[in-house]
Amino acid sequence: MAANEQSAVPEAQVAPTNLKYAELWHGARDSLPMLLGAAPFGLIFGTLASPSGLSAFGAMGMSLFVFAGSSQFIALSLLASGTGLAVIILTTFIVNLRHALYAANLLPHLSSLPRRWRIMLAFWLTDETFAVVQHRYGQADDSPYKHWYQLGSSLAMYGNWQLWTIAGILLGHATPMLEHLGLEFAMAATFTGIVVPMLKSRPTVASALAAAAVALLARDMPYKLGLLLAAVAGVVVGVGLERLSRKAAA
Amino acid sequence: MNLHELAVIGGMMFVTFGVRYVLFALGEKVSFPPLVRDALRYVPIAVLTAIVVPMVLLPDGRHWSIDWHNAWLIGAATSGLIAWLRGPLLAAILVSMAVFFAWPYLIA
Repeated sequence: MAANEQSAVPEAQVAPTNLKYAELWHGARDSLPMLLGAAPFGLIFGTLASPSGLSAFGAMGMSLFVFAGSSQFIALSLLASGTGLAVIILTTFIVNLRHALYAANLLPHLSSLPRRWRIMLAFWLTDETFAVVQHRYGQADDSPYKHWYQLGSSLAMYGNWQLWTIAGILLGHATPMLEHLGLEFAMAATFTGIVVPMLKSRPTVASALAAAAVALLARDMPYKLGLLLAAVAGVVVGVGLERLSRKAAA
Repeated sequence: MNLHELAVIGGMMFVTFGVRYVLFALGEKVSFPPLVRDALRYVPIAVLTAIVVPMVLLPDGRHWSIDWHNAWLIGAATSGLIAWLRGPLLAAILVSMAVFFAWPYLIA
């Protein structure tokens, strides 16, 4: 009896640990395409920081503590144009609101975890990790360690983002002439390349046109408030047209 | 890192983590009303367009420049075209940057 227990205890401890590490590793491994995809953006972010007026420590701090690629890019373009603090933070909030949708999706899988787990996984919740882990949570096996898979994806994405930010900062400092080259264009090129494939329906096109028109008309408003107005206009027009066309179809 | 940067980063961190954590903190099943769900899908389109269009049409921030001398316009059009043709985002960025840098020499 005693001998049986002795042999059972280490086994019961070792096996779950291995399962956890296996999930951790698989999460990181399955995020590889996302790591490669994020790399150039981390690099461009780090490189553009100083021409945009964000110090090296500021850029590093943003990657370490905010960890949200698209809003970091947007913050750079806003900083470069002298936008006020409140508008930068408000824009970040609006741009990152989509993460609440991800959180709502993941919640059924995470609600029973201890708080420290929920805090960690929330801090590291990105588009990429969401895309990778929702697939894993959806798989039929009832592994109790699927959150370790999410942790693996999160850690890989986080480490990757820090490394490429550092590489970008170093690149930016090694070539101080960068700011005269108009590398800020990389930002315009990125945003254009992201938006265009989204314009697949009449409401999305109208949304973009409305946002563009308001942004142009309101571009001289203080604190870049025009940007927020434009965002609101784009969303209202898009949602409004979508509902109208749904009604017409019904 | 000065105080302003600290405030920017602190504020961005606060709202970003707040958005990501609020539902996890509640710890029970929450769902969004359909209107919010629909509205959120238009946010990236509206925000990114609102940032890019003035950048591209008024590169110096003051004067309209809607003609083929404007490398910002030609470059962004290149990126948009590649993305439209379903090219990978990175290709759109790299090719359009090459066009952007080469444009002044090409039309000189």
